[in-house]
Amino acid sequence: MSRLRVLVGTRKGAFVLTSDGTRQQWDVSGPHFGGWEIYHLKGSPADPDRLYASQSSGWFGQVIQRSSDGGATWEPVGNKFTYDGVPGTHLWYDGTPHPWEFARVWHLEPSLTDPDTVYAGVEDAALFRSTDGGQSWQELPGLRGHESGRLWQPGAGGMCLHTIVQDPAREGRLFIAISAAGVFRSDDAGTTWRPINRGLKSDGIPDPKAEVGHCVHRIAMHRSRPDVLFMQKHWDVMRSDDAGESWREVSGNLPTDFGFPIDVHAHEPETIYVVPIKSDSEHYPPDGRLRVYRSRTGGQEWEALTKGLPQRHCYVNVLRDAMAVDTLEPCGVYFGTTGGQVFASADAGDSWTPIVQHLPAVVSVEVQTLS
Amino acid sequence: MMIRVVLPSHLRTLAHVDGEVKLDVRGPITPRAILDALEADYPMLRGTIRDHVTHQRRAFLRFFACEEDVSHESPDAPLPEAIADGTEPFLVVGAMAGG
Repeated sequence: MSRLRVLVGTRKGAFVLTSDGTRQQWDVSGPHFGGWEIYHLKGSPADPDRLYASQSSGWFGQVIQRSSDGGATWEPVGNKFTYDGVPGTHLWYDGTPHPWEFARVWHLEPSLTDPDTVYAGVEDAALFRSTDGGQSWQELPGLRGHESGRLWQPGAGGMCLHTIVQDPAREGRLFIAISAAGVFRSDDAGTTWRPINRGLKSDGIPDPKAEVGHCVHRIAMHRSRPDVLFMQKHWDVMRSDDAGESWREVSGNLPTDFGFPIDVHAHEPETIYVVPIKSDSEHYPPDGRLRVYRSRTGGQEWEALTKGLPQRHCYVNVLRDAMAVDTLEPCGVYFGTTGGQVFASADAGDSWTPIVQHLPAVVSVEVQTLS
Repeated sequence: MMIRVVLPSHLRTLAHVDGEVKLDVRGPITPRAILDALEADYPMLRGTIRDHVTHQRRAFLRFFACEEDVSHESPDAPLPEAIADGTEPFLVVGAMAGG
């Protein structure tokens, strides 16, 4: 029987939840790295027992942890993230030049094929790669060196590279997203990049249709159709059918199109999930009701999923990396809240149950389906 | 010289040590010499106390020696004899936070 492993990053440590394929009973291990912020942890698709975790602290900076036994034990590996060459400047909140300064790793994306290769998206926005299991890190400087780089500005949460998507069908194609610069694509394994934000419209920037400057919160892809991308932007849910060359809005009948995570059903590439949040100044669900919205039509037409979710007095947020799916049948969907719950659905979102509660604020959720 | 170092609890956990760390430090006993020896023995601490490249102390950490804050002294300034002879520990202290 299959097993499930849910990797949960929180503001005060990491937790590893495990279950058999029934998804009824969950064992909770943790906190690992108690007291530290764990922005993200994720397993290698090529070796599911190889995990990487981003551990950080305002006092002690960045640590990268690696596990080779599915999270039972961990070892610190390399934490030296040095920008390539003379870093130069980007724009600060007030529009003045500001030196590029490393703050933390927001997202770790292990290679689809090599357990020792892993990408790191960092703040201030840059993409790093390790090919030795995290022992050493090299920047892919073509991204930050893009001619628009000196004009990038941070969003409220910092200027972070938070999303890394690998195209499973086209070797060397990578998508990344930066708040608040937008989406960029490389077709040569990260050497050169270009912005792919045509069709995005953001009223909070001077030119709402600018080539860069959009606060993209998250992008998602179904591996069977890598040219179809879904995006939760600051406001607006968007879709591209041409690998990001153009985008169109698919917010449709959502009660609000602000939110952070977006994900795709494991077996139905037109079924997608978002968690609408009231606004960028409130950061909680509309009407105090926590609702996941599902579209079975690739956007535009959405249904509220509420069974098992709190429908009164709920004022948590669901952050951009805090939703994931398993690959069982039916597809399981998982998300974590800033209130410390991790909700799971074993029926593609029709009903939900908290599989752990009262954790520190959840920052990230990843799921591994283990055979 | 056998130098005693007290680390904040999070760094003791990271380095897998209990209690004080004892370091064999050669030459003049300075903050830089102690931190060089500490990072050589415990490489997982590199970057957590001072910057990898510039060796600048992280903003929310302090260095105490014999009840004096030596954080703003030169990293090459000799530390008191009581640190050098192991009578007193060199303290790496995290800023208190909360409220």
